[in-house]
Amino acid sequence: MSFDRIQEKLKILADAAKYDVSCSSSGSNRKNKNKGLGDASKSGICHTYTQDGRCVSLLKILLTNHCIFDCAYCVTRSSNDIKRAAFKVQEVVDLTLNFYRRNYIEGLFLSSGIFKNADYTMERLVAVAKKLRLEENFNGYIHLKSIPGASDELMREAGLYADRLSVNIEIPTKQGLKLLAPDKNQADFLKPMQKVKNEIIQYQSERKIIKSTPKYAPAGQSTQMIVGATGENDLQIMKTSNFLYKKYGMKRVYYSGYIPISHDHRLPQIGTPVPVMRENRLYQTDWLYRFYGFDIDEIVNEQHQFLDLDIDPKLSWALRNLHEFPVDVNKADKRMLARIPGVGMTSVAKILQARKHRNLNWEHLKKLGIALNRAQYFMTCASSKFERKDLTAHQIKGLIQQQSTSKYRSNFNNQLSLFGA
Amino acid sequence: MIQTVTYDATFDGLLTVVFTVYELKLKDIVIQKQHQQQQVLFGEVLYVMSDKDKADRVWKKLKEKTKNKATYKLYAAFLSETQGVENIILQAVQYILASKENVGLDYGHPAVLKISKLAKSVGREKHRMEAFVRFKLTKDGVYFAVVSPDFDVLSLISNHFKNRYADQQWIIYDWKRNYGLFYDLHKVEVIHLEFNSNFDPTQTSDEIFAPIELEFQQLWKDYFKSTNIESRKNTKLHIQHVPKRYWKYLSEKQP
Ligand code: SF4
Repeated sequence: MSFDRIQEKLKILADAAKYDVSCSSSGSNRKNKNKGLGDASKSGICHTYTQDGRCVSLLKILLTNHCIFDCAYCVTRSSNDIKRAAFKVQEVVDLTLNFYRRNYIEGLFLSSGIFKNADYTMERLVAVAKKLRLEENFNGYIHLKSIPGASDELMREAGLYADRLSVNIEIPTKQGLKLLAPDKNQADFLKPMQKVKNEIIQYQSERKIIKSTPKYAPAGQSTQMIVGATGENDLQIMKTSNFLYKKYGMKRVYYSGYIPISHDHRLPQIGTPVPVMRENRLYQTDWLYRFYGFDIDEIVNEQHQFLDLDIDPKLSWALRNLHEFPVDVNKADKRMLARIPGVGMTSVAKILQARKHRNLNWEHLKKLGIALNRAQYFMTCASSKFERKDLTAHQIKGLIQQQSTSKYRSNFNNQLSLFGA
Repeated sequence: MIQTVTYDATFDGLLTVVFTVYELKLKDIVIQKQHQQQQVLFGEVLYVMSDKDKADRVWKKLKEKTKNKATYKLYAAFLSETQGVENIILQAVQYILASKENVGLDYGHPAVLKISKLAKSVGREKHRMEAFVRFKLTKDGVYFAVVSPDFDVLSLISNHFKNRYADQQWIIYDWKRNYGLFYDLHKVEVIHLEFNSNFDPTQTSDEIFAPIELEFQQLWKDYFKSTNIESRKNTKLHIQHVPKRYWKYLSEKQP
């Protein structure tokens, strides 16, 4: 392979792919087969981190950045005056294998602009994955982007080689989509999602009867939404997200703060800060929904359409629901322990484990590493000291904020200036 | 009087010490590695010779009394090479063996808690090594990596690399502790290598490494640069994830 040409292509096609924030390589269970190359572990590995602190675990590139569509929020849009390039199938295969053998990556995340049409593009993505699996006996992680509108047959084939499939819905509301991506319609996104979901269900039921049923997208499917491009509120975002989790069995929904890339008057202008804090709050909410047993509408609803930026959503919920507290850590069930601000799922597990042996007091809890500066206002333990019972929500919030020299502080102030200006 | 007990710095050696403590009903002892043993003014030093059979008996007993997770933690804590870890392990083992119930994960006990914390640090280092190993292809077709982990974790990462890179020969060499793992397509062996005095493990000299090696390092560096989004820059977070002491062996961090 010609080094210079590959180098140039890689620069262009990696640069265009970086706006997709998903870089997860977890959730698969592919073992190394016949002494081939690689495996995909359950938890995935971040091999390095970008300058902005995001995990790098996959070689994330576009097959090409030629595109017939003109989505306003995307650098690859057809009206954008940029250098275009396209990889050959073999070039992507070689790059993936050589990066993988050096332990740079967990695998490949291949996406693409749409050239000619959806199926033509999808066919090539599938060809890369197929070659890696069948000819190179590669068992590392493969994430393929499903091209909106791709046929069911291609989606079926894609899942046979890929660990994960994703279609980014990008814009959380229908109106927003119409405004910014007039070439696209929602049905085109949803169709491949539905197909993948059906295939996964079918795989799981066949697998029960025939052990050797070929794997189908073992790490499931995911999607991404851009936040802050169309003036949508957090309630709308989380509702859409919740719909996607429930209806299509998404493994992950990603939220990507909009990065201004054009002077289009329909979008935030270049120089507008990326809403990093808001993005973070959405992830926390997502987390509360998926792991902490919260319903989305406990956190965002008609009365609270936006998440608080200055405190995290769990604390915010607790302050609105003081009647649920204090929680007795020595008696409360898992569900309620998980609702105490400052107590994460690891802490819940530690508490459950430790209280088998003795009744826990503040000293024990501190030793276990529980973030008491938050939690103390919401719990009682084997100690008479609980003097916080008469504080109002407002007072508690003040006390907690005073104590937290939060790493988000400076970040938050940045964002405030956004509203102040 | 406090008695000093020394051993050969292996885990089996330490388990043999534990066995001996029970056998001779020793009390008030300080366990030290033979080569690190400090001068003792009073009292004598007892050197316990490593005995696989005794070590296995202690290990088996522990496995009966507690869960794998707890015994794994004892081993991981040992690999931390922390000053005084031997005595903490002894205390935890005595507590586990003396209790009727399974207390291997009772973090209310100071020694068990300390073990768990040490094991956690070691676990983190294990994960870092799984992430930060950077193989370079030598002219002999071996993928070669140098690391200097904070803790002695090679034994913990061996299987991961063996399973993953089943079809290539590789070496992971601990520069600090001067030993490495070599996978020859069949099994993993512990090796010691002699390096020329001018060998610099952070460089990729063309005497040793394959011509295409530098090309792929360049492509990887380029790729790493491309992933950055300037408007999201957050150097503090970056360094938190990739502490500077690891940079010297990371291809993407070379100038
Ligand atoms: S179809 Fe995809 S690649 Fe093309 S402009 Fe729209 S978002 Fe960008």
